[in-house]
Amino acid sequence: MKFGILVTEGPYQHQASDSALQFCRAALEKGHEVMRVFFYNDGVNNSTRYTTPPQDDRNIVNSWSELAEKHGIDLVVCVAAAQRRGIVDEGEAQRNGKDGNNIAEGFRISGLGQLVEAGIQCDRIVTFGD
Amino acid sequence: MAEPWEEDEGPVKKFMFVNRKAPYGTIYALESLEVVLISAAFDQDVSLVFVDDGVYQLKKGQTTDGIGMKNFSPTYRALEGYDIEKLYVSKESLEERGLSEDDLLVDVQVMSKSEIADLMDDQDVVLSF
Repeated sequence: MKFGILVTEGPYQHQASDSALQFCRAALEKGHEVMRVFFYNDGVNNSTRYTTPPQDDRNIVNSWSELAEKHGIDLVVCVAAAQRRGIVDEGEAQRNGKDGNNIAEGFRISGLGQLVEAGIQCDRIVTFGD
Repeated sequence: MAEPWEEDEGPVKKFMFVNRKAPYGTIYALESLEVVLISAAFDQDVSLVFVDDGVYQLKKGQTTDGIGMKNFSPTYRALEGYDIEKLYVSKESLEERGLSEDDLLVDVQVMSKSEIADLMDDQDVVLSF
């Protein structure tokens, strides 16, 4: 089955990101496809590489980057939601006159159309949030 | 003759947006509306459901000056212009809050929870905010 994943809560504050990661790993292990993970609402906070949890805690952002690299999963961050919350890539930083960017490896910033497109193309959209 | 971009219509899926939260206090209602507006550009079969405190999103006479937030409720009136006309509101959620259809700023279909559940069952994609 072809899955699209929607994450709508931030990491650490809420278990949604952990559950989404575990779901992706389990689905891939069973031979399913994860076409895209879309980050919306506070879910965009999953994509900042400045995340620095204590050493004995899991690093959720790095886990996403590793998952994307290993399985070629498209990690998409909503641009409007990201801008509100201070998540920028190089292009957005330039466009908005910011002095740096903080997007983590494997993530890209794009529009909400990517979520709707995933809904059209995937067999299932599974939401992790409140 | 159809323009090239009109010929390939692609699949049409049933998208349902479930709005459960009050319009202010959290950003869910506003960001849900943003997805709804984008979805209109994809020519899909879009419907909106309002349940629980989500029914307050459609309440007439919202005034937000006192809380320093933008009153985005007029946008619900504009949905018709995007061909989004299926708005369903939970009868129970209205009654629990002392509201009726007359209190709402757009035309909606008021439905029981079980009718909404049946509709939900019929969807391809359900996004809940």
